[in-house]
Amino acid sequence: MQILPIFAALRRHKLVMWLLILEIALTCAIVCNSMFLIAQNLQRMHMPSGIAEHELVQIQMAYIGTRPDSGARTQADLAALRQIPGVTQVALVDKLPFGSGNNSNIKLKPDQPQPSMNAGLYFGENLLPTFGVKLIAGRSFAPEEFVTLDQALQGINDNSPNDLPHVAIVTQAMAQRLWPVQNALGKTFYIGKDIPLRVVGVLARLTRPNTLQAGPAFSFVVPISENLSDGGGSYVVRSKPQDRARVLRDAVAKLKAIDPNRVVLAHRTYDEARAAFFQADQSMAGTLVGVCVVLLVVTALGIGGLASFWVAQRRKQIGIRRAIGATRGDILRYFQTENFLIVSFGIAIGMLLAFVLNAVLMKFYELPHLPLYYLPIGALALWGLGQLAVLGPALRAAAVPPVVATRSV
Amino acid sequence: MMFGYYLDLALRSLRRNKVLTTLMVLALALGIGACITTLTVLKLLSGDPIPQKSAQLFYPQLDPYPANQPFSRSGKRLPFLMSYVDAMNLIHAHKAERQAAMAMSQVKLMPPSGEGKPFYAQGVLATADFFPMFDAPFQYGSGWTAADDDSRAQVVVIAGYLNDKLFGGANSVGKMIRIEDHDFRIIGVLRAWAPQPRFYALHLGGRSYGKGDAVFLPLQGARADGLMPSAMMGYGKSIDVDHLESAEAIWLGLWVQLPNAAAVSTYRSFLGNYAREQVSLGRFRKSHTALSGLMEWMRSEHVVPEDVRLQAGLAFGFLLICVVNTVGLLLAKCLRRSREIGVRRALGASRGAIFAQFMVEAAIVGLAGGVLGLCFAELGLLGIRHQPAQYASLAHLDLSMFLFTFVVALAASLVAGLLPAWRACVVAPAPQLKDA
Repeated sequence: MQILPIFAALRRHKLVMWLLILEIALTCAIVCNSMFLIAQNLQRMHMPSGIAEHELVQIQMAYIGTRPDSGARTQADLAALRQIPGVTQVALVDKLPFGSGNNSNIKLKPDQPQPSMNAGLYFGENLLPTFGVKLIAGRSFAPEEFVTLDQALQGINDNSPNDLPHVAIVTQAMAQRLWPVQNALGKTFYIGKDIPLRVVGVLARLTRPNTLQAGPAFSFVVPISENLSDGGGSYVVRSKPQDRARVLRDAVAKLKAIDPNRVVLAHRTYDEARAAFFQADQSMAGTLVGVCVVLLVVTALGIGGLASFWVAQRRKQIGIRRAIGATRGDILRYFQTENFLIVSFGIAIGMLLAFVLNAVLMKFYELPHLPLYYLPIGALALWGLGQLAVLGPALRAAAVPPVVATRSV
Repeated sequence: MMFGYYLDLALRSLRRNKVLTTLMVLALALGIGACITTLTVLKLLSGDPIPQKSAQLFYPQLDPYPANQPFSRSGKRLPFLMSYVDAMNLIHAHKAERQAAMAMSQVKLMPPSGEGKPFYAQGVLATADFFPMFDAPFQYGSGWTAADDDSRAQVVVIAGYLNDKLFGGANSVGKMIRIEDHDFRIIGVLRAWAPQPRFYALHLGGRSYGKGDAVFLPLQGARADGLMPSAMMGYGKSIDVDHLESAEAIWLGLWVQLPNAAAVSTYRSFLGNYAREQVSLGRFRKSHTALSGLMEWMRSEHVVPEDVRLQAGLAFGFLLICVVNTVGLLLAKCLRRSREIGVRRALGASRGAIFAQFMVEAAIVGLAGGVLGLCFAELGLLGIRHQPAQYASLAHLDLSMFLFTFVVALAASLVAGLLPAWRACVVAPAPQLKDA
């Protein structure tokens, strides 16, 4: 295949050629960056939580006000929930991964001016077996280590260490961040008003409720038990995945039966809760996919339109080439090669533009560098697109009969 | 009338190559549809929530944080809320035309008749100037007074939609309503009032968009009944939630109304003096303060979500590609018609006439693209309304965006038409004729 005649022909169509190159370059830059953003969104959406996601349902209860019997009411609810057939574990917890809730600043020494890190704080009786998180070192909490949330808050206000929890279970990621080379078990860290917590166990993974950008796997659990007066807590019920829908229905009915006046803020399977948390990411990814597809279609139509214009303009030359011995395949390959050259040039400029665009985006958004492997993927996609778009016009060109050469010269 | 002739020529030319024309219009329409959709959302989100008043509303900030525990690590941002003590000191100084402190609270409402289930609604705890300062319109009754604030009156102003729901839209002033297990007397019912975004709820934990807050309670009266603010941050060792009014915690937003530049600069110096006084009293460590206008405050607090800006940028990139695409296709068409142009030139058409003819052709493509783009934009907004975002239900095309669609469409097509029209008008007539 001779390339030189193609260059000679393109030199006579500089303006149209440059427009094509520009269009391909812009498309390449935008599509590469959009694909990258989509991949980032998908990565976030598929982040592991570390809990038995498909076995849990969540029933979020409204704040019932301060009542003397709230502890007893909570225990009655939990006992009733436990009796539902198929239920294996039940807990009242203050937070779940991918939800709302506060985080804590962690210090390694009391009176340290800046915290060492920030992590999600979980509590609730029976939380570990209900969540189904894996303990990889140390032990779980002993019953006598638990204090109630009221007691803990009172303890903070009165400065009485006896009312405060003394131990914590941290995630492996948090342990490695605080003590990179040492064993975390037995070490002490401080939260809030320099409250010391000794590490008694290490979890494989427990993703924090939110603020994922501060390190998704940093979280810890303290032995504080919740009751309904603490507000915003959720009953979490564990069962086999296939039983979830029924368990959720039965659980809400049971809770309503115990107190018809109570307000259930939300009841859903954990999978639904997780999907709701990532809904914005999902719709953004959907928008980006839509834009990419439409953009590629528009570019393909542009390439096809200009190619068919060129074919129409060169009918006579094609006829002459056919008359002096070029085969149909030669003509077909001519237009395909021409398209390949133009698209390659567009891709080359598009790659540079893609990195410029990535740099601009990085200024405004928390975004890593565009990985290099996006370039060959983008190039392959655009080459394929170009060949597809040019195929129709090129076939039409190949069908031009040699007799055209003899007409009206 | 030459314009009519160009129009006729353009329509003939567009009809001659239907596929190419359809491609151009379709591509342009997609680009315009995407732009108008995202711009409508952007405009909705960055709009002025209270246009008649926003120039007079200001948000003061103080910094009570201790030196070893600064509010922001860089030290550049001031605490975005205020402690009760400071808010009350500033309110009682009466240095602004109007001033009100506010917090948001999720409250449980019990339907008055006792039938029906209790439900949760968004409540505002505020001081008396809230209603006149934010121009909240009353359907029945009125707001409360500063005296009601001081006497911890158990009164409430409810939103029009809540009045419709609970009292069927009848005048409910004087009736009682149960909020968080305490009885409050209704003294006012608002007309539909929901600034978008709800600027006063920023950092207070409320919703930013939607139909508005349901109940408005006097701050001190509601606090006396134990209603808790949705957002609070401590700057001491811990927050004493039982005594929030004296706690080392920020949990109130303060807004002041300042009618002119002189009042603003007077208030600014008052605020500075107040902070310095607090430093000398040992309450504050730093005397820096800030006083931001409403629109400036919303910009600095990034009210518009980043995703929306990104989508708008993406849509413009898309439009750019569509314009380049149109340039290429128009150029192809025009080069193909070199002979026709040669004939017209030889018969006496000036270069200007050829240029005008091709620009008219581009403008027709643009207008068609605009009409179709409008349809795409409506489809896009329909899609936005089905998204989970808080502002979703507000995404509608207004008249200005409707007109703007055609401005964008015409501008895009004329820019796209420039190069082909110029190429057409510089075609030399002689060689084209010789060839024929």
